[in-house]
Amino acid sequence: MLGTVAALIGKDLSLERRVPQMVPAMALFSLSTFVVFHFALQRDAVAGALAAGVFTATLIFAAMLGIGRLFVAEHEDGGFDGFLLAPVDRTALLVAKATVLFLFLVLVQLVALPAFALLLLDPSLNGTRILDAVIVLLLVDAGIAVIGALVGALAIQTRARDLLVPLIALPLLLPIVIGCSESLAAVFAAGSADPLPGRWLMTIGLYDLVFALLAFALFDYLVED
Amino acid sequence: MHSKHLRTLTLATLVTLIGGLALAAFVAPMDADQGVIQKIFYLHVPMAIVALGGFIYGGICGAMYLRTGKPSWDLRSYCALHHALILALGVLITGAIWGKASWGQWWVWDEPTLVAFLIIFLLYVTYSPLRFAIEDRERQARYASVFAVVAAVFVPLNFMAVRMATSLIHPRTFDSSDNLPGSMALAFLVCTIGMTFLFLTLVQYEMAQKNTTFQLRALRRRLGDDVVIGRSAAPDLSGEQP
Repeated sequence: MLGTVAALIGKDLSLERRVPQMVPAMALFSLSTFVVFHFALQRDAVAGALAAGVFTATLIFAAMLGIGRLFVAEHEDGGFDGFLLAPVDRTALLVAKATVLFLFLVLVQLVALPAFALLLLDPSLNGTRILDAVIVLLLVDAGIAVIGALVGALAIQTRARDLLVPLIALPLLLPIVIGCSESLAAVFAAGSADPLPGRWLMTIGLYDLVFALLAFALFDYLVED
Repeated sequence: MHSKHLRTLTLATLVTLIGGLALAAFVAPMDADQGVIQKIFYLHVPMAIVALGGFIYGGICGAMYLRTGKPSWDLRSYCALHHALILALGVLITGAIWGKASWGQWWVWDEPTLVAFLIIFLLYVTYSPLRFAIEDRERQARYASVFAVVAAVFVPLNFMAVRMATSLIHPRTFDSSDNLPGSMALAFLVCTIGMTFLFLTLVQYEMAQKNTTFQLRALRRRLGDDVVIGRSAAPDLSGEQP
């Protein structure tokens, strides 16, 4: 199983390396969204809960782009048939896709978080809080990755893929949105030394875990025939 | 085949629902604090309980379909979610009316139960479009069942998350039911039973209607008619049954 997962991850990463699509698109989308927020809110700088909200909304909407494209190569180029013909555990595809989405989201945030700190955040992110932000974002990315892989697989075989992905994924991601903005509000608050709200981190972590188990149990049904 | 069963259920629904509403209107005392608007409580809360129960039940039926592969479970799941969604819309509307009357606003974001309900409603609204977007019937049933199971697990988690995020001003029905006067509690109980019967009756009616359509289709096919079925969100079992 581990070998299969590694092979599938390797395939997606080398696809992305040769023809970069998802990561640059999500990163550019994030930057454009910051600009949109600048004009829509008519603010030069944001802090605290507002900053957390702007960043969380940008992150979630950028993730929608990635979720929608996650299984496109499999669907359009016959990857599903090849995978089903191979004598491997189908759950490997879920694990691989969730990992790939997770890695892509981390890469996007490597661009988006500094850009956000530079463009909109005021006062800029204090060095000691970077670690806190990283902890929150890793937990959030794990949740988006698991739910994204599940919803992506659910929507890819339908006619209205682009419409269904955000419609199904957004409500499912809302508990993560709540946790992310509550936790980031402490990180982005001006001059704040508040510790991260532990109960929200735990909530996100628990939610990730429940959906990971759920996806693990149900994924086989999405890649039959 | 279903008629006798359905008649009993329909009668039970009529008696309990009308009885419960009559109890609520005429027997239960007027709320000293909120006045007549409090009476919507006898409609709003039972609908909410039954809608959430219906969502969970639809998820259980979906899980049964995935386990057994019997299309009748998918049909049951579809009908249950369909009616739970209608009740959920009723919950949102009556909740907004209640909010307007008791807090002066149609919509209150501080109110976790209503907000969580809206999120759940928004998720379940995509159930039919998802079904409609999948042409192959077997795949449609399978994917819809996966959706039903995921959403059913999401229902309680979402309630917990939203409740954590907001202050509590919603009247806690179950916390406060101990100090409800007897006639209020009785009216509430009968209304809840009536609403449950209403849900079950509507689900049974829809299933009976669908099954009849399937039988008719199968018979017409046997007669050699060319039965053309358009794309539909509803399950089609006409190939399954004799």
